[in-house]
Amino acid sequence: MKILVCLGNVPDTTTKIKFSGEGTKLDKTGVQWIINPWDELALTRAIELKESGQVPVEVISVLTVGGTDAEPTIRKALAIGADSGYRVDADPADSYQVAFQISEIARQEQFDLILCGIESSDYNGAATGSMLAEILDYPSLSAVSGIHPVNGHLEYTRDIDGGRETVTLDLPAVLIVQKGIAKEPRIPAMRGIMMARQKPLTVKEPGPSAGYTEMISFELPAPKPSCRKIDPDNVRELVNLLQNEAKVL
Amino acid sequence: MAVLVYTENWDGKFKKSTFELASYATRLAEKIPDQVVALSIGHVEEEELKKLGRYGIGKVISVEDDRFKTLDNQVYTRIIAEVAENLTASVVVLAHNNSGKALAPRLSVRMKAGLVSGTTGLPESFEPFIVIKKTFTGKALAKVVIHTAKKILTLAQNSYQVVEQVVPVEIRKFVPVSAGDVKTVVKEVFKQTGKVILTDADIVVSGGRGMKSPENWGPIEELAKILGAATACSRPVSDEGWRPHEEHTGQTGKVIAPVLYFAFGISGAIQHVAGISSSKFIVAVNTDKDAPIFEVADYGIVGDAQKVLPALIEAIKEAKSI
Repeated sequence: MKILVCLGNVPDTTTKIKFSGEGTKLDKTGVQWIINPWDELALTRAIELKESGQVPVEVISVLTVGGTDAEPTIRKALAIGADSGYRVDADPADSYQVAFQISEIARQEQFDLILCGIESSDYNGAATGSMLAEILDYPSLSAVSGIHPVNGHLEYTRDIDGGRETVTLDLPAVLIVQKGIAKEPRIPAMRGIMMARQKPLTVKEPGPSAGYTEMISFELPAPKPSCRKIDPDNVRELVNLLQNEAKVL
Repeated sequence: MAVLVYTENWDGKFKKSTFELASYATRLAEKIPDQVVALSIGHVEEEELKKLGRYGIGKVISVEDDRFKTLDNQVYTRIIAEVAENLTASVVVLAHNNSGKALAPRLSVRMKAGLVSGTTGLPESFEPFIVIKKTFTGKALAKVVIHTAKKILTLAQNSYQVVEQVVPVEIRKFVPVSAGDVKTVVKEVFKQTGKVILTDADIVVSGGRGMKSPENWGPIEELAKILGAATACSRPVSDEGWRPHEEHTGQTGKVIAPVLYFAFGISGAIQHVAGISSSKFIVAVNTDKDAPIFEVADYGIVGDAQKVLPALIEAIKEAKSI
């Protein structure tokens, strides 16, 4: 089985977001870049599957769409345990353009299982994985919180509103994964970091694609009025405020 | 031309969020102006379908075939696209929930229609077509222009109020020709019973590490019960296994927008706040007066959550005469 894990390169989740160019683009000054959290969990699960030997995994590849500044993200993934990396040399424009670029490589390489995080923590499009599946005409499962080897094949846990399902699906397929897929992301070990330098990282020229959408401006939400403090010995006052001021009880 | 709204059902029933989405689609169609049509997939009784007429939906297309009981993303996408094409729909709207997130992007590719997911309101303009959505998990808002002629939108949960506008409903049964085979096989289903679903809840009662241990969750559950609320937790709590991961609320867990959110013993790390900042009112109880949760809270108590909770439960019972 050949597995592809798609990686987004996103600002660290603790980043205080600022914009430049009169609110038209993210101010990247001082931003630490990380692997999109759900993509990192997807990679972790892929590595666990390979190590478990319960299903035959020949290769785990990772891919990101971005400039040279996205390469540390791929190197980190290789250090964690991916076998090979791809970078499509294009600035991500929107989910469609990114999905299109991934689809070109996915077609060439014929992956059996493609894993994408449920959304990216920057633009929250929640779209790339499912778009990729449609471009490739592959089946997809979304909100996947578990991948389980059972007698040499795979079963999946799909979260539904207020519950979950155990599902099977023919490969090749795209799985859009979320929290629960792996317990904790792996941290690269020194040996992994050394080995990552020897692993192949292929840079591909982008295929012809423009986005369907464009983010034209950003703003920060209006600050909240200050918090009204209530004496811990007077919770009745809180109930009163919730009932008569906020009118929510 | 039409605005097509996909109205999902849960065991044959709609939810409040369906009617919010219907209200949104109705208003969107009025503004364009265009007719609004709802599409229902799976078996839903006529009486239930007719409820959509209370929110301005005059025409409902119902695809009832038993083959479509299971959500198969490819098959559902083909059905929605076929109906959209028959109607020459200019905009398709879906809920920004599990199934909406699974279908809208596929639909976007199939229809060559630009997608904006998780929009929080009606478009700001139609020429060009500009909508607003949250980015950086609520830390910022973005204006997004859709360049394609056809558009797909998913509406963020709890971002549009139900608007009653009664119209007569025409229901039309429809048999799609392009659906293809269902390949998703569901072997087992587990459904939470007797609990309010976190992403649907108007009130959410949440606990953090300040609750000290999983044995201390009794009062949180009791408070949730008397308020008809859902329970939630912060990331460290789910990581420790004190609570199931489904309850983890925050940037990498569930992003929610209830009317009222209670945070007990939650310090308010930036990632947690990102998942709850769309709540209409936030109540925080924490021993640390400088905890960042108080920066986003509307009401705050500096005190021990374990002491405040029993008193609060009593006070609410008294006020509601339970």
